[in-house]
Amino acid sequence: MKVLLQLYTAWFKMGLFTFGGGYAMLPIIQREVIEKYHWATEDEIMDYYAIGQCTPGIIAVNTATFVGYYQKGIIGGIAATLGVVSPSVIIIGLIASLISNFAELEIVQHALMGINVAVCMLMIQAIANLWKKSIKNIAAFCIFAIALLLSLFTGLSTVWLVILAGGLGIVLSKTGWLKHE
Amino acid sequence: MNDLWLLIVEFMKTGFFAVGGGLATLPFLHEMGAKYGWFTMDTLSTMIAVSESTPGPIGINMATYVGHSAAGWPGAVLATLGLVTPSVVVICIIANYFQKFKNAKIVQMIFAGLKPAVVAFIAAACLNLFVSTLLYAERGISNGIAELFNWKCILLLAVLSGLKKIFPRVHPIAFIGAAALAGIVFSF
Repeated sequence: MKVLLQLYTAWFKMGLFTFGGGYAMLPIIQREVIEKYHWATEDEIMDYYAIGQCTPGIIAVNTATFVGYYQKGIIGGIAATLGVVSPSVIIIGLIASLISNFAELEIVQHALMGINVAVCMLMIQAIANLWKKSIKNIAAFCIFAIALLLSLFTGLSTVWLVILAGGLGIVLSKTGWLKHE
Repeated sequence: MNDLWLLIVEFMKTGFFAVGGGLATLPFLHEMGAKYGWFTMDTLSTMIAVSESTPGPIGINMATYVGHSAAGWPGAVLATLGLVTPSVVVICIIANYFQKFKNAKIVQMIFAGLKPAVVAFIAAACLNLFVSTLLYAERGISNGIAELFNWKCILLLAVLSGLKKIFPRVHPIAFIGAAALAGIVFSF
């Protein structure tokens, strides 16, 4: 019961302080899930992201379900998911019923611009961390570069990119260029 | 009552077929607006703007907003639950199998390839945020290069990065709060 409550409140907190999509959540996930509760390692979060990218639904929810499931089974997955969506329901519900011009308010726009800068900074840090752990050889760098260029400059769905990267993973591992532990 | 059922069914469908994150749900929302008249296309763009400027994953925010405009608070709750149900089911099944097979050689090879790609997806998301936050891309370079940069934001980025170096243990939430405050005080 205690773990379920922790899953709910921790993911509530993460939902409350995420601005943008699932990836913008990474710095807070690193702090809460990895460092504070030790529910997953950084490697495992990367695996969940990869799977979440090519399975149905929102990536933030998929990651929450994964983490919750490994702590307390299906109930854990549900508790984490309910936690991550609760702030949205409350906040959006209030805004929709009270302030329909919320996004045009000057104070909101100013605050959001500042928040975006903070998210930029936190994401650079998060990526620098991941880089050290995940891009250790030329083969890994090549997969990184190909995936980055394709996702920036083509409309190719990330589902295809995930399949491509998985295929490259097999081929490059077989040839010995890519190490897997 | 009817609307509530429709909301659950439509959002479960969306949750099941929208693969790849929050923005992948947009085409489904478009269709719902056209089909049921729950909102106009004008309101949809307001919904996107609000979803981007409030806490929480964008996909969830948009679902809640659509649900709320179709059927009030019960609509908001049911649309969101509808959206997340398919992923909870699918992920629980996958998580179960993943535990069994993650030590298989072939699975390890696949994930060795996926890891760098995921770093790339995160980097791409970050670069897009960079461009929209630090540059005035719409201005072009006709008025000189300096006009292109949002110097206030770049300065704040430098200050925040410096603070992060000095106080690495401070919680990310504190930086987000401080930056929001700076944005308001110095009217970014």
